[in-house]
Amino acid sequence: MNCPDNESKSESRPQFNIEFKIGEKDFNVAGEAASKVKKTLQQLGLEKEVVRNVAIVVYEAVMNVIIHANYGQLKVIIVPDKVVILTEDTGIGIPDLELAMKEGYSTATNEVREMGFGAGMGLPNIKQCSNKLNIKSQVGVGTVLEAIVYLSSKDKKEFFPQNIRLS
Amino acid sequence: MDLESIVKALNLKVRSGEDKLGTEVRGGYTGDLLSDVMANSKEGDIWITRQVHQNIVAVASLRDHAGIVLVQGSEPAKDTLEKAIKEGIPILVSDMSGFEITGRIYNLLINKTG
Repeated sequence: MNCPDNESKSESRPQFNIEFKIGEKDFNVAGEAASKVKKTLQQLGLEKEVVRNVAIVVYEAVMNVIIHANYGQLKVIIVPDKVVILTEDTGIGIPDLELAMKEGYSTATNEVREMGFGAGMGLPNIKQCSNKLNIKSQVGVGTVLEAIVYLSSKDKKEFFPQNIRLS
Repeated sequence: MDLESIVKALNLKVRSGEDKLGTEVRGGYTGDLLSDVMANSKEGDIWITRQVHQNIVAVASLRDHAGIVLVQGSEPAKDTLEKAIKEGIPILVSDMSGFEITGRIYNLLINKTG
């Protein structure tokens, strides 16, 4: 975990970053990443509900990269009013995001399903647990997922699916 | 009801987390789909599953489960057990089916809590 000196000195508010590399079929990294993020948020004294939501988003987002991509990374940025969870991967991309958002729809292999993953609940869970969700995906190139969990949970949910080119 | 009472009543074998058997069990959840368990189980639940790989420890730890019960004579995989010991997550095993053990734990919890 880095705790960078804020480049912009005008903002003396703390920012914590947690980063993880995600390799292909490295199923354990999802749990490790989610545990580490959870512990960090608990140490920062964040609300239980926020910690729970962020941990679920991290777990599911990393699991998606593991299942559907060959390489990716997770970045969790904790700023005073929100937690930003960002995954980027070089995977197969999501051809139909609307379909992918449907609970129960899955393109995971049988092998993955036998382990109890790939039930088509990952993206719906992420949506459920985040206040904002932004997914950019291009078939054959990869997917960028950005989920935001506000530290005060009164903000309403927003969802912006988009299939756009990743430059 | 604490974990130890359930262990004794149903003759479960304790594979990890011996020192956590005093944990209060507030409810239970049965399931093998990790996303389902992640989304719908609650803190203090005893989780009944037949998955044995390492990710069950992650899910139980993330959701603050009281413990995990492996059914049908399943044993935790080696790395699962190591991780459970490290994280202090109780793993209990039983020869009963998921159906039977769920029913019995449910009855124990209901009768105790009215």
